Amino acid sequence: MNSYISLTYGDLLLASLFLAMNAVFSILLTLRLERQLIVSALRMVTQLFLVGLVLKTIFTLSSLWLTLLVAAAMVAFAGREIWARQDRRLHGVWGIGLGGTSMLLAGSIVTVFALTTQIQPTPWWSPQFALPLFGMILGNTMTGVSLGLDTLHTALYRERAAIEARLLLGSTRWEAVSAAHQRALRSGFTPIINSMAATGVVSLPGMMTGQILSGVDPQEAVKYQILITLLIGGATGLGVLAATFASVWRLTDSRERLRLDRLAAPRK
Amino acid sequence: MAALRIKRLATKLIGPISFDVAAGECVALMGPSGAGKSLLLRAIVDLDPSTGNVMVGVNARDDMPASEWRKLAALVPAESGWWADRVGDHFPAKLDATELIGKLGLGGSLEWEVGRLSTGERQRLALARALCRKPEALLLDEPTASLDDHATGLAEDLIRECCAEGMALLLVTHDRRQAERMAKRVLQMSNGKIDQPPENAP
Repeated sequence: MNSYISLTYGDLLLASLFLAMNAVFSILLTLRLERQLIVSALRMVTQLFLVGLVLKTIFTLSSLWLTLLVAAAMVAFAGREIWARQDRRLHGVWGIGLGGTSMLLAGSIVTVFALTTQIQPTPWWSPQFALPLFGMILGNTMTGVSLGLDTLHTALYRERAAIEARLLLGSTRWEAVSAAHQRALRSGFTPIINSMAATGVVSLPGMMTGQILSGVDPQEAVKYQILITLLIGGATGLGVLAATFASVWRLTDSRERLRLDRLAAPRK
Repeated sequence: MAALRIKRLATKLIGPISFDVAAGECVALMGPSGAGKSLLLRAIVDLDPSTGNVMVGVNARDDMPASEWRKLAALVPAESGWWADRVGDHFPAKLDATELIGKLGLGGSLEWEVGRLSTGERQRLALARALCRKPEALLLDEPTASLDDHATGLAEDLIRECCAEGMALLLVTHDRRQAERMAKRVLQMSNGKIDQPPENAP
């Protein structure tokens, strides 16, 4: 079972036929979507070609420093994304640093663990394995962390009266925010829990589908998918826990106060 | 019982402020909106960062954990917060709050849902919630603002009863008559400071 079918550029052009039809419909029906449609399709094509080129170079060079540099760039983009997805953010460097650091810690611990004990390529940091793995783990952890922090900050802001009421009656800061914190944890965990429950029944994961299309035995592809999903679940959980605990710690102080002055107003 | 002593208390917005409330005494705090009355109360219970010194009896605020301090010096803010669905869940299970709530005319309300309470009911239950924890000093921010005369009377009687047992009370009110009924001493506050008492106050 090794029937990898290589695609030609003509195949790709043919595949764009229906998308082009959509553009024609858009012009005929004056939906004014054709411009966006074409621009984003071109962007997708250019970006992916470039990524393919970059990855090929990185894989060939197989340099530890270059691999680390690419991983760092991925973290920077993901950290920015966590920041952008929050309605209310921590003031100053905490706004991007807290979520980014939690994601970085959780993502790298789990990735290094998987590379050194399960996948074990030579060398263990081999970019062909390290970068896609880190990317998948990072992407999911990013979603979890940004959801968790967004829920937490909105809840603390909206429920100020209830939280301060508990503080006033002698609760500690952790007791007082426990309801909001729990909700934040739940919302950070929900995507990965849902996707694990639906995987294989409702959706075939993209990575597994890709492997099957490129000729890998489905049972082998499934094993890889299970490994990745377990790693993603673990990293997301660690990232959400670290980020929400750190943020509660930052938004309260040792005199058991709620410090919403450390939260920035949403921009609009 | 214990007196409440405030020495050179200041935040970014108010102070420095110094005054004492003796054990069993009720002091009223009046002044225009925005004078900093509520901020002063928050600073005393350490909900806003402040400098200076606050004591209840021999206990200094900065020598104990904030959660313990707030059991000695309790604040009931003008707008009460609720975190559970049922009224009873906001009261400590060990203490029997029934008698206290009965005195405020809200017997049986421990089983009620918070979402269906009127503003006045919330205000009285927030007062009961603080009193049943037996604080040595109590700070009230307009405790009867949304109560009718009858309910106001019940609340004032209950507060007086607690003062008679030695509780120090600092009462923020906009109602001159309430200040006269409850307090022997009235402090005026404006622009974040306590005004000097005028000679021969009317």
